[in-house]
Amino acid sequence: MSRQLYPHLRLDVFPTPYCTGCGHGILLGAMVRAMDEAGLDWDKTLFVSGIGCAAWIPSPHFNADTLHTTHGRPIAFATGARLANPGLNVVVVSGDGDLTAIGGNHLIHAARRNIRITVVCANNRVYGMTGGQVAPTTPEGCFTQTSPWGGEEPPFDLCRLVMGAGGAFVARHTVFQVRQLIKTLTRALTFDGFAFVEAVSPCPTHYGKLNDTPTLADFHNQMKGQYVDRRRYDRMNPEEQADKIPTGVWIKAADTITPPIDKGSSFIPPSSGLGSSSNPPSAGQGNSSNPPLRSRGGQRGGI
Amino acid sequence: MKHTVETVPAPLPPDDYFMMGDEASAEGAIAAGCNFFAGYPITPSSELMVRMVHRLKETNGSFIQMEDEIGSISALIGASWAGARPMTTTSGPGLSLMMEGIGYAAMTEAPLVVVDIQRAGPSTGQATRPGSGDIFQVRFGSHSDYEIIALSPWSVQEAYDLTIDAFNLAEAYRVPTFVLADESIGHLREKVTIGETVERWHRPTAPGMPPFDTDDENGVPPMPAFGQGERLLVTGSTHDARGFRKTQDSAAHQRLVGRLVGKIRNAAEKIARYETYSLEDAEILVVAYGFSARAALEAISELRRDGVKAGLFRPLTLWPFPEAGLKLAAKSVERVFVPEMNWGQVVREVERILHRDVVPITQVDGEGMRPQSIIDGVRGRAGMNS
Ligand SMILES: Cc1ncc(C[n+]2csc(CCOP(=O)(O)OP(=O)(O)O)c2C)c(N)n1
Ligand code: SF4
Ligand SMILES: [Mg+2]
Repeated sequence: MSRQLYPHLRLDVFPTPYCTGCGHGILLGAMVRAMDEAGLDWDKTLFVSGIGCAAWIPSPHFNADTLHTTHGRPIAFATGARLANPGLNVVVVSGDGDLTAIGGNHLIHAARRNIRITVVCANNRVYGMTGGQVAPTTPEGCFTQTSPWGGEEPPFDLCRLVMGAGGAFVARHTVFQVRQLIKTLTRALTFDGFAFVEAVSPCPTHYGKLNDTPTLADFHNQMKGQYVDRRRYDRMNPEEQADKIPTGVWIKAADTITPPIDKGSSFIPPSSGLGSSSNPPSAGQGNSSNPPLRSRGGQRGGI
Repeated sequence: MKHTVETVPAPLPPDDYFMMGDEASAEGAIAAGCNFFAGYPITPSSELMVRMVHRLKETNGSFIQMEDEIGSISALIGASWAGARPMTTTSGPGLSLMMEGIGYAAMTEAPLVVVDIQRAGPSTGQATRPGSGDIFQVRFGSHSDYEIIALSPWSVQEAYDLTIDAFNLAEAYRVPTFVLADESIGHLREKVTIGETVERWHRPTAPGMPPFDTDDENGVPPMPAFGQGERLLVTGSTHDARGFRKTQDSAAHQRLVGRLVGKIRNAAEKIARYETYSLEDAEILVVAYGFSARAALEAISELRRDGVKAGLFRPLTLWPFPEAGLKLAAKSVERVFVPEMNWGQVVREVERILHRDVVPITQVDGEGMRPQSIIDGVRGRAGMNS
């Protein structure tokens, strides 16, 4: 990495805690370069992550505001931060288990809402931090601690999942396609709406060890045949497509994208510690003894 | 560090209003400067959320209905660290879902307010009926050691006043704070008097100073917000003064958790609030809170008409519990009774503080506490009355 980018890292916490050959380190570097390419102000950017090896990519490595949350919830934390201060660029970086298993609900709803955050999913197709258990992204037949005879459940295709939920900007690359990955991350960071990037990232330690790809080079060999550019994929017949996974960017047609939900918010947080100025009295209440109530909301009896 | 204090004109013109407890809580929140709400509908708290959607529109705040209560509490914490004064409302089942987030808010010292409109029973129970079953859940529901503050209103007026106090305490101590109302108060309609001004306390700030430790004896470090160039490291893992994870360092762990607990315990008598009625010559002490305290006030005057010298101790803060006040109140009484709309929760705390036998009076029938239940209980005619 160019020395010019060093100020964006907390160099005193390096080297990263990642295992040799872990793809998360490559993604870390790609994120920093993409931030630079995108020209975003690091001091106006908040990185939010959940729990897992991937969640350590921004926290504590990035020299910016970081929010290392509970497992599965970074998108919900990010939603609150972004709505409270639309002046922040809000970027979620977390793992496949975090974002698509325990946190899957927040992912699909953020995509549906089109909240203006960028979500980067480091997909190593396994739960790395907890020792290599099966994830909703583990390919069928693959071995993990909790699928010792080969996974029997079909995995999510994360890009199709997010597209199905309404995601306006959806993309996938492996960390080996690092140039495209940086370019795509750059576009995602500046996209005016919800952007989701799946970065397929090897976990040699747990996934690789049990699935005949113990080194980064093994992953590279395996992935370069399997992950193909979406244009090439589209030209393939169904038989050829069967064991392939398309990579690239899918953007919804502009006229089908709903405006990001946080566009209208104007609340700016205090910088001094003094809160926003006093709230103006609500319209039309006069001096009546009843406070303003546009709708009664008096429904009783729900469950 | 100490919080700062601002006095502003009340957002509603000073007057007497007639409103529901849930609405009064929403107005209290707006008066307290609440500018962020995330929630998920649940009876009997929904009226509060519905009022917030309108009031935050009028006051330029943010409102979002999240996909579940886990999302709500998470959004509140994100907003709190982004500088907002956030609130949510819920009831028992939703509160259960929020627990991991509440522990995170305590660990990262994120001020936020949760208004819990309690309903009857475990699980889905009786959604439209009152209960007071969440006393321990708010205090101990998340794992391991932490402290919170919880206030218990007994009137619609207090739903307004204590919601304001909840925001102020949350900010001053950087701690999640609860308004523990119940359906009886949430759906009750009565008079609320809105004063001229509102006092708003703001979290302490000191640019450049570490946000997770302090030499100040109150144990509350300053709290910056995202986007101010402070490059904050916020984590629910054990951390040092600047927020660096210290997951193997026992001294750091002891210091952090000790401070989180200590900053509330050491200030407990300052935070704690209570009221007493007819205690001067009392031989019988009734300790009651929330809606039950209304019934208790009626019960003690009825008992006195019959010659029983009964008095009432009403805690306004359930956590921390007003221990010194209770000890004083119970000093020369013969018996202590604790009527509750649950199978006996605060009674345990009262027993712990007084080191003596205390008689629970439980009314767990999905109805608001009746004075007669208390009178019967005091006369020894009913113990477990459901
Ligand atoms: C509520 C909760 N459940 C479980 C855990 C344990 N846990 C920690 S990390 C993790 C999995 C992380 O997997 P992933 O998000 O894919 O990240 P990776 O480590 O693979 O990069 C789990 C289950 C937790 N911290 N919190
Ligand atoms: S366990 Fe896997 S994901 Fe975690 S650091 Fe090691 S290689 Fe990377
Ligand atoms: Mg993973």
